[in-house]
Amino acid sequence: MAKVFIYPATSLILSDLVARFGHKPLGAALGIRERIQTAGVDSPPLQITPEEPKRGLKYAAVEVPSGVRGRMAIYGPLIEESEAAIIVTDADLAFGCMGCARTDELILFSLRQKGMPILELKYPTNEEEGIQFVAAVRKFLDSLPKEEGEA
Amino acid sequence: MNRKVRIAQLSCGPEYSGVQKEIYDAAESVGAEVFFPDIALADVERAVDAFGLDVRSADLKLMIARAMALVEGRVDADGVFISTCFRCAEAAIVRNELRRYIPEHSRLPVVSYSFTERTTAGTLLTRMEALTTIARRRALLAREEQTGITMGVDSGSSTTKAVVMKENEIVGTGWLPTTEVLKSADGAVAQALEMAGLTMDDIQAIGTTGYGRFLIGKHLGADLIQEELTVNSKGAVYLAGHQRGASTVIDIGGMDNKAISVIDGIPGTFTMGGICAGASGRFLEMTAKRLGVDITELGPLAMKGMGKNVPMNSYCIVFGTQSLVNALAAGSSPEDVAAAACHSVAEQVFEQQLQEIDIKEPVIMVGGTSLIEGLVYAMGQLLQTEIVVPRHSQYIGAVGSALLASGFIKGE
Repeated sequence: MAKVFIYPATSLILSDLVARFGHKPLGAALGIRERIQTAGVDSPPLQITPEEPKRGLKYAAVEVPSGVRGRMAIYGPLIEESEAAIIVTDADLAFGCMGCARTDELILFSLRQKGMPILELKYPTNEEEGIQFVAAVRKFLDSLPKEEGEA
Repeated sequence: MNRKVRIAQLSCGPEYSGVQKEIYDAAESVGAEVFFPDIALADVERAVDAFGLDVRSADLKLMIARAMALVEGRVDADGVFISTCFRCAEAAIVRNELRRYIPEHSRLPVVSYSFTERTTAGTLLTRMEALTTIARRRALLAREEQTGITMGVDSGSSTTKAVVMKENEIVGTGWLPTTEVLKSADGAVAQALEMAGLTMDDIQAIGTTGYGRFLIGKHLGADLIQEELTVNSKGAVYLAGHQRGASTVIDIGGMDNKAISVIDGIPGTFTMGGICAGASGRFLEMTAKRLGVDITELGPLAMKGMGKNVPMNSYCIVFGTQSLVNALAAGSSPEDVAAAACHSVAEQVFEQQLQEIDIKEPVIMVGGTSLIEGLVYAMGQLLQTEIVVPRHSQYIGAVGSALLASGFIKGE
């Protein structure tokens, strides 16, 4: 089972596809859940405190806006952990979106820098493209190791 | 109990910067509640197309769609708080355009702020208080005439001012440097009462403003404790005799600056801040000290000099002071240095704050620094307009407080 970072990280459809084909999706749900479940933190709505933008300094310099660094504090560790990624570009807002275009640019750059298997796809606009989209995702996920040590 | 003032939040990034709770807390402390206008997903792209600003960040698109929903009356609110990350160019464009768009198309008061992770509820408090006051107290702010005998006290970061007013006339004034907040307030009050020939028993209502407003308000048993944005707006248009129509109020304070776009005596859009003390009255105080003159002499001195002869950029007070020392060491005249210091402060305010509001004439300068004529001249040159400095402009907060306090006489 490979750890697959999904982009947009908030996409429930992508998350479901990755899980359905036997891998672990890494996305917003994981990062946010970890914070929501942390007891003793009182920083609604996402339980992100001013400490997160500081942790984000690992991924972006201090002159980068705090909102980008705060997001990177969530996504940065997941990118580090990931072994593969699926990137869907030009996605409809309903498919999943992360709010900030600058964070998007940094996440995509960070993923491409890792030198791991990446599937980049355009968001489908009709049924035929949708079928091809799912087939491409499946083929990519099938090519990833299912068991530990499997090539 | 009063209904809570409902403030619509249009923002990108505060929840990821860890400052959303600070926004909630600041609103809560002034009896307001912040909410996010609900809109349908389909409205987002339609609104962005209609607005015509093609941004890439989805949260900025959402801001635009929410702003349009407010303007079109699809969502009810009493005020709008616009907030985006400091240093984000894309967000700054949206913030600026929405700050202009909303007041142009509605009567909703707007305040905007660019935050970092270090933003606290305390930083936001004055802005939230002003926004809430404008929404809640329109009737009070409509007051154009002072009645009875009232007192206003302005506890500022540098000086404490007190004013006694009687039947629409200023009959007593007091002014002391702020050291111990209560002691300075008591001293200024005593001066004002002595000049007016009155005692505390004669005062029918008291208003306080400035940084120490809560402390001195409690101490004096004030009827009105009010932040300086609304109070200064009222005071400025009152003293300038321009209570109706549009005007712009600039107050370069000892610690921060205010630029307020005023309509009929009520603040429309405003900015408050000062990246560094280099853009405040504090830098002029330091300049006067280094030149060995009293602050009251700095203005006339600057009027005799040519600022462009001295390179000076007081974006940071440390570098500004270095320029000052270097210029004097290189043989520049005190007159030229004084003029350069005034120009530098005016330029910082112009570049950092006045770009954020619509400048409408008359431009009224108030506060202690408005008495430094070199500064007023420099600001006039930058804005290409004649600046109005009304009589008693240094007492602006105290006058505004005394004027508004008269609304509390006999339960008015």
